[in-house]
Amino acid sequence: MSTVTTIKTKRGLWDGGQSPLKVSYGKLMMWFFLLSDAFTFSALLITYGMIRYSHQGYTGTVEAFKFSQEYWPIPEKVFNAVPFLHGVDAPLVFVGIMTFILILSSVTMVLAVEAGHRMDRQAVIKWMLWTIIGGIVFLGCQAWEWSHFIHGAFTGDAVVEGTTFFGANLSFNQYGPPDFAALFFFITGFHGTHVLSGVVINFLIFYRTIDGTYERRGHYEMVEKVGLYWHFVDLVWVFVFTFFYLV
Amino acid sequence: MATVDIHLNEETAHHGDGHHEHEHHETNFWTHYIFTIDHKMIGKQFLITGIFWALIGGTLSILFRLQLGFPDMDMSWLKPILGKWIEIDTATGFGTLDPEFYLALVTMHGTIMVFFVLTAGLSGTFSNYLIPLQIGARDMASGFMNMLSYWFFFLSSAVMFVSLFIETGPASGGWVIYPPLSALPKAVNGSGLGMTLWLVSMVFFIVSSLLGSINYISTVINLRTKGMSFSKLPLTIWAFFLTAVIGVLSFPVLFAAALLLVFDRSFGTSFYLSEIYIDGEALPNQGGSPILFQHLFWFLGHPEVYIVLLPALGITSEIIATNSRKPIFGYRAMIGSMLGITILSFVVWAHHMFVTGMNPFLGSVFMLLTLIIAVPSAVKVFNYLTTLWRGNLVFTPAMLFSIGLVSFFISGGLTGLFLGNSAIDIQLHDTYFVVAHFHLVMGSASFFGLMAGVYHWFPKMFGRMMDAKLGYIHFWLTFVGVYMVFFPMHYIGIAGYPRRYYSFTNFDTFNSFADLNMFVSIAAICTMTAQFIFLYNFFYSMYRGKKAPLNPWKSNTLEWTTPREPGHGNWPGEIPTVYRWPYDYSKPGADVDFIPQHIPYSETPESNLPYENELIKLEAEDKEVKVADGSKH
Repeated sequence: MSTVTTIKTKRGLWDGGQSPLKVSYGKLMMWFFLLSDAFTFSALLITYGMIRYSHQGYTGTVEAFKFSQEYWPIPEKVFNAVPFLHGVDAPLVFVGIMTFILILSSVTMVLAVEAGHRMDRQAVIKWMLWTIIGGIVFLGCQAWEWSHFIHGAFTGDAVVEGTTFFGANLSFNQYGPPDFAALFFFITGFHGTHVLSGVVINFLIFYRTIDGTYERRGHYEMVEKVGLYWHFVDLVWVFVFTFFYLV
Repeated sequence: MATVDIHLNEETAHHGDGHHEHEHHETNFWTHYIFTIDHKMIGKQFLITGIFWALIGGTLSILFRLQLGFPDMDMSWLKPILGKWIEIDTATGFGTLDPEFYLALVTMHGTIMVFFVLTAGLSGTFSNYLIPLQIGARDMASGFMNMLSYWFFFLSSAVMFVSLFIETGPASGGWVIYPPLSALPKAVNGSGLGMTLWLVSMVFFIVSSLLGSINYISTVINLRTKGMSFSKLPLTIWAFFLTAVIGVLSFPVLFAAALLLVFDRSFGTSFYLSEIYIDGEALPNQGGSPILFQHLFWFLGHPEVYIVLLPALGITSEIIATNSRKPIFGYRAMIGSMLGITILSFVVWAHHMFVTGMNPFLGSVFMLLTLIIAVPSAVKVFNYLTTLWRGNLVFTPAMLFSIGLVSFFISGGLTGLFLGNSAIDIQLHDTYFVVAHFHLVMGSASFFGLMAGVYHWFPKMFGRMMDAKLGYIHFWLTFVGVYMVFFPMHYIGIAGYPRRYYSFTNFDTFNSFADLNMFVSIAAICTMTAQFIFLYNFFYSMYRGKKAPLNPWKSNTLEWTTPREPGHGNWPGEIPTVYRWPYDYSKPGADVDFIPQHIPYSETPESNLPYENELIKLEAEDKEVKVADGSKH
């Protein structure tokens, strides 16, 4: 076989008869899918931006901040709870931990891909498992975060008009304008759906690594492909995190 | 180097496998016609479904043209078909069309024609059918995903079709489904279940489009046969490739917009809604913006125009060059202008929104960008004309339809210059002038591209010829008909006649146009009727047509090197290698007026240019590789 391909022609990479980018069609498709998905998320984040700037911002001092329907809330004041530490003001600590876990799972995914290059099945299994665990823990954290956001803190003034509505749903919001909560649910939910599907696909790949499919196939390209997806989902979270929690 | 070697091997192995499979592959009815992974059959599936939708979409337009042309007509004879949408006056027995159903007709006509006929029916058919055949591949990169792409489209079609028959009627907020109208079922009946089904259908449609597009792109990049560089690709493939790129980048934004709308409609959010009163009652929604939806929608909506148009332009390039027996004029300029159109198509969307109260400065930026699109468009038009100029024209039906496309592209494109101007748009916005403009430049032009493609590639698709005489009749009736339908609309539009209105009988100003409207409606009915000639020709020729020769149009591209009825895998033997561009028609010195792409320069010394003689050495090297390749087996 090698005798065939060592013959060199003057034909260029793009002259046909081969893959010019030196990748399989599957990986190409994954890249284009991710490009497409990136546009979906961009549309959502632009939506966030447009709605955010059509609302009033908070102009007072941070210390004097109170939740109000009149202006967009300061994220640090909304997301300041940590499980088991009731009433402790820990701005963005929990979401920081979540983000760290997700990024860590990207690292373990890199290690799984690297192990795949070495054809080290045991190492692929190990790192895929850690990646899946990372994904599940992130989803668990998000579930707690949502649940806390939905139920509210049962403290402070609930809704300005004096009615007692704590927490948030798609139409009402204790922390600020209803759109703040709606966008939070929609965008983190859409991202969470991506994480969930990523975990499911990771699990399938994990299973097929265990049953030796890729060993027989002679390469672990599937691990690379889900790896691309997983890194993309992580990258998107960085942007979602920036928009919702930092800006 | 190692990676290159592996992939080269994979590639040859892949091709070898396809060939192997072809010889021993047993198919039955289900795997051959229904759940097929053969790109040719999938293309035909898209075509047949597209024709079905075109009939529905056309019929809907006839219904509302009846209302517009003959506002005083007794419609009770339509009662058996339209049921409760025809209201019968109990005293007189006089039947009138339900105004809300009129809106639904307009909406569904637009939706069906834009998405189901001119996107899926055109791009779906010809991208699937021609990409592997013209680049020299056994099949699409992923036949399975290609199959899924069709079946998602089928599912989407089924949902949209069902929505036509539900009690509250199909979506009726216009094909652009602007909220708040489309978001509030209380506002209009069509925004109830009909709108929900519309959105569900579109989500499936987007999935289908995405699966198809990434397949087309990967196939064009990875599976070109030896020698088929991008600079030797037929312009059809360039067009399909760029169309797929536009689709991959613009449809996801519609996806996001549609999901947000679903939430506004069903889950109580207010992304697009704010400060709305219905029946004097204030809705609780606060803080959203309907303009936001328009931005998101038109970020798809405008590129969508080019998704519809580019494949038709690509098909036209191919057909005009073949039937002028001349190389296409300005091959690289054609590619360049398509690239230009692709890029510009993403930065002009707000010209649909000049009158939404946007900042006039922003308006003038979008006006500038919009008018720049006239440059690549004009380049294409002039290249078509110069290709035709002093050509040895062969007037096949496909050629006539292609020339018809150029005609519509010019006459419709010129009015685009008016509409793209943000000041003149204040007068013309949402009038029949707009209707005339886009029906000519995008609707009819793309439809003619579709027809040209069907007439041209029918012999390859079904191994038989369509009847040319019927084709001529079909062409002339349709060509004249389209102008008679859409030309008068310019006048009506300049006079200020708004789109989507049920009736104009209450406005004294517009009464003078009653006869013109009647004329348009009669022309529309005649044009629609003429399409049945095509239908007859299409289905009759499929079974009874004259058997097609291998290369009926004496064309250069690779699909004509396959057997009359290619099996799965396209070429029974090895895939041909490509040596030259696809437009070597009437080359000086050559004894025939066409030299197909797979003929090496070493075989045509009489017509070679000096630099082409240089390439003969390269061809000799290729042969060596091929010999070595063969020894492997």
